[in-house]
Amino acid sequence: MQQAGMRCVANDRIRVLAVASGGGHWEQLMLLRPTLEQYDVRFATTEPAVAAQHGVSGAETLPDCNQNMPLQSALCALVAPKIVVRHRPRVILSTGAAPGFFCILAGRLIGAHTLWIDSVANGEELSMCGKLSKWFAHECWTQWEHLAGPDRPRYHGAVL
Amino acid sequence: MIIVTVGMQLGFDRLIKAMDALAPTLGMPVIAQTGEGSYQTHNMEARAKIASAEFEALLGDARLIVSHAGIGTVLTAARCKKPIRLVPRRGDLGEHRNDHQFAAVRKLAGRPGILVAQDETGLQEQIAAALALREWTEVRSPTASQLHDALARFIEGKGL
Repeated sequence: MQQAGMRCVANDRIRVLAVASGGGHWEQLMLLRPTLEQYDVRFATTEPAVAAQHGVSGAETLPDCNQNMPLQSALCALVAPKIVVRHRPRVILSTGAAPGFFCILAGRLIGAHTLWIDSVANGEELSMCGKLSKWFAHECWTQWEHLAGPDRPRYHGAVL
Repeated sequence: MIIVTVGMQLGFDRLIKAMDALAPTLGMPVIAQTGEGSYQTHNMEARAKIASAEFEALLGDARLIVSHAGIGTVLTAARCKKPIRLVPRRGDLGEHRNDHQFAAVRKLAGRPGILVAQDETGLQEQIAAALALREWTEVRSPTASQLHDALARFIEGKGL
């Protein structure tokens, strides 16, 4: 029975869009997979062939981009909202990089709850998208305790 | 089988040379991804680049990875549940731009399945120790448990 004022949704009904570029960002998402798969998780990546190799079928494809690729970034900024609207996730999270950030931005427009987990590779300072996510995502986490502040980014552990 | 990798880009001949010398004593095949190194191996199979699908298949059969301290390889080892032994590149020898791989091994030391060293000395003993590791894959590090728990709480809309 549903109690007044409480949202009771079974975990496997919570739709999650998990986004990562190919390479180390994707590896980190895969390490989080055992937890993600408790939910209705959908994946998006820049290298769907690698996703398939890892047993993830039907991953959405995002164009790769970074701050030095303005045209690709513009294309990615258009594709990201399409993917977000197609799946209408309640939660969007990314372990990086720029394509994941665009999905988080698009997620804000449809009211999704958004989380940026900065790459474990960034032990000296947050990535550029990580810094932007302090402002644009609901939560921004670093995987290094010494980079965490009282507000943002927060530290809640690491993939390793 | 033991896989040696220094990534697909920069060479790291110091590690390749040390592993080539050791290969005949290890009692199992050794295959190396050498990047753009120039050292010619005599005792182990070496290739500049191994395509990701083949690398993945080789990993399935591997008992150990010996690697430069690249975070991408560390993450791949974690996903494939293989022990990894790391040797950091030295900036002063031109093996990388700087000594950031030393910072990386300091931070990674002590996590399950990850063995670190400062240089190529003592490789033989440490490879034996790494091959003797048992059942470590069942252990999720405290920091990884913390991240999985926090992620579940975020997705379910519970407080952190």
